Amino acid sequence: MPSEKMLMRGSNVVGEAAVRAGCRYYFGYPITPQNELPEYLSWRLPEVGGTFIQAESEIASINMVMGAAAAGARVMTSSSSPGIALKQEGISYMAGQELPCVVANMMRGGPGLGNIAPSAADYFQATRGGGNGDYRTPTLAPAGGQELAEMVFVAFDLADTYRTPVMLLGDGLMGQVMEPVVFPDPIDPASLPQKDYILDGCEGRDPRAIYSLILDPPALMEHNLKLQAKYDLIAEKEVRYDTVELDDAEIIVVAYGTAARIAEEAVHELRAQGHAAGIFRPITLWPYPKQQLRELARDGRKVAVFELSLGQMVEDVILSVGERAPIYFYGVPGGVIPTPADVTDFLHSALADDGKVGRRIEV
Amino acid sequence: MSAEVAYQKVFGYPESLKPAQTHYCPGCGHSIAHRLVAECLDELGMREKTIGVPPVGCAVLAYNYFNFDMVEAPHGRALAVATGIKRVHPDKLVLTYQGDGDLAAIGTAETIHAANRGEKITTIFINNAIYGMTGGQMAPTTTLGQVATTAPGGREPERHGRPIDISRMLAVSDGTVYIERCSLTSVKNIRKAKKAIMKAFRAQLDGLGFTLVELLSPCPTNWKMTPKAAWEWIDTEMVKTYPLGVIKDNTGYEDKK
Amino acid sequence: MIARTTFAGFGGQGVLLMGYVLSHGAMLKDLNVTYFPSYGAEMRGGTANCTVTLSDRKIASPVASHPEYLVAMNYPSLAKFEPLVAPNGTIFLNSSLVEEDPQRDDVKVVKVPTVELAREVGSERAGNMVMIGAVCAETGLLSLEETIAGMKAALKGKEKFFELNQKGIERGFSFIKEGK
Ligand SMILES: Cc1ncc(C[n+]2csc(CCOP(=O)(O)OP(=O)(O)O)c2C)c(N)n1
Ligand code: SF4
Repeated sequence: MPSEKMLMRGSNVVGEAAVRAGCRYYFGYPITPQNELPEYLSWRLPEVGGTFIQAESEIASINMVMGAAAAGARVMTSSSSPGIALKQEGISYMAGQELPCVVANMMRGGPGLGNIAPSAADYFQATRGGGNGDYRTPTLAPAGGQELAEMVFVAFDLADTYRTPVMLLGDGLMGQVMEPVVFPDPIDPASLPQKDYILDGCEGRDPRAIYSLILDPPALMEHNLKLQAKYDLIAEKEVRYDTVELDDAEIIVVAYGTAARIAEEAVHELRAQGHAAGIFRPITLWPYPKQQLRELARDGRKVAVFELSLGQMVEDVILSVGERAPIYFYGVPGGVIPTPADVTDFLHSALADDGKVGRRIEV
Repeated sequence: MSAEVAYQKVFGYPESLKPAQTHYCPGCGHSIAHRLVAECLDELGMREKTIGVPPVGCAVLAYNYFNFDMVEAPHGRALAVATGIKRVHPDKLVLTYQGDGDLAAIGTAETIHAANRGEKITTIFINNAIYGMTGGQMAPTTTLGQVATTAPGGREPERHGRPIDISRMLAVSDGTVYIERCSLTSVKNIRKAKKAIMKAFRAQLDGLGFTLVELLSPCPTNWKMTPKAAWEWIDTEMVKTYPLGVIKDNTGYEDKK
Repeated sequence: MIARTTFAGFGGQGVLLMGYVLSHGAMLKDLNVTYFPSYGAEMRGGTANCTVTLSDRKIASPVASHPEYLVAMNYPSLAKFEPLVAPNGTIFLNSSLVEEDPQRDDVKVVKVPTVELAREVGSERAGNMVMIGAVCAETGLLSLEETIAGMKAALKGKEKFFELNQKGIERGFSFIKEGK
């Protein structure tokens, strides 16, 4: 049965959704601005017979996740930007070992220690690997609230279906904002499909080994090609995105997560002023909805990209759109959150531009 | 008495502290510890020959308060960074200033190995049994039964593991020469702490090896106590897990009475 | 309909709780709502603020450019947020603490002596409840019953505060309705 409507902050939504998605193991290390999530799970998991461990570090916690995944459990960890940097080694190993897990990142300002204000400058870190080797991390970027709860379920399912780490990318603002949420039906972990690769003692079967070390180059090539085929399949089947008022739009605003919500309000303002603006919001950042965006960027439409960083996703927009439309960019780094009015100003300047293909406004 | 000497400055900022207002909460031990470190450096005349590494923790902004060279390290890595500094500048006094999470959770490997290499570095270890900066989560040093936001029912050995006594663990290594645990809970104890810091610096300057002074330090904010109650909690409860005194002393120094 | 309210004041004045009461009250009457608290480093400085957005349609941004309503519980909050208030918006002033008048002449100002009114109902600590009562009465965002229901939902598990808080809310309503 779906839950009743609850007013909850984003971090707690992730925690509650994880429990309902059948996750019974969480390993993490405190870091602002996502401490409410481990704090929530520290009492909630024991309530359902699950395990919560505050590890001695992010490195330890991602490796505990590796162990629990190898042992067959639905498992997750979470952190914020500098802590995710430390988890990248484990994520790369798990990609190579084909072990599933969910890693939530509530992004903050960087680089380095940066600050604890909401930011979205980890797009490259999430979508371009972060760790070593030829691998991809499916990355979900919900816009908060109800979608945050639903994407936690999707994240666990993707992880198990494709045997891969999955990143849930939020930001400090999303973690703090409270909205009413209705949780989907809880899943009983015992009802999840059996996994035929896990380690549970080799009684009655041949021993299994899980590893990423493949010394023989042709064999490692083979392994990489197998992983790539899997990534190709994910790219084909798992692309997610959302659009708002795009049908008649003369300008397409591309933004994800919190930025997309600020942009949506700006789009409403523009519409009220008589400009046909709409939103294209990628929900999977990898795989990026390249084809879909490319098809929309036609008929003299302009493409305006807004990010809470100095321009990371915009590279995927350029890769998708190419020369088909002029692309404009507005980015704010460092944990400064622009208001919808700031985005409206940007969109006005993009609308006023002569629209020469390829022109970019840097702000 | 002439006018010039009628007023004599008897108390002020040590030179090794900037005249800045700190961001620490009322009753926090960090400000006292800062002052002790600064007074010792002043007395040794070492301010301009000191390089410090602050932690990631409530004292992350220590470079705004200490009036000597400092470089930020990632959370837990202070002693690795300090090792690099000391190897470049063996003639300088190098210190790290670290909380329990920084030193004894995420930084445990760096801590043990710097100590075991016998790096001629002094660590000021602020043990407040909690994660201050991030808002009261369990620390490796949180005592049994103590409540933390990630141990809401109090720390239990089965579920959360036992408090770690890193100072005693480090004492086992031949690389360490001097380790003492003091507390910041009374004028008497604070004086003792200063003496210990002084001795640790001296041993470093004499090239004897790794030195560490652990300071039991109140965090009234996250312990949810008044400053006075926090002092009392250290004196009556915390010392049961972390008894005060010299843990190891191979300096061979004669203590002045 | 969309209404954005920024609540601001010292930590300890119950600023976040006011936003919490409004949010719960709105959720209970099936409005969409976002509650955006200030947090982290800002909280160490002893000030707090939150912005609550209510709407009968989907709410895009939890961040408001220009809130229609500002509740300023102390002077620094008034100074900081007054310029942001939308034209023809309303500023609710905690007149027990703030002697200064807002500078703008394109906004309505409602002065609420929270401390004195709260004292009347039994304790100064209900000042924030008086204020949220006044805000709901003046703006019509929630009825008296809805505000009380919001308070009870926001403070679930802390029933011992219900009685005083309800009196505070009622006093805030009567202050607006009866003008005293
Ligand atoms: C890699 C990384 N992980 C986590 C954090 C978050 N963090 C900042 S300080 C801290 C621990 C603070 O506790 P402690 O070291 O005991 O110092 P205190 O604040 O109590 O003085 C943590 C976990 C971080 N900044 N970087
Ligand atoms: S939170 Fe605790 S350790 Fe940090 S400044 Fe406040 S009292 Fe000190």
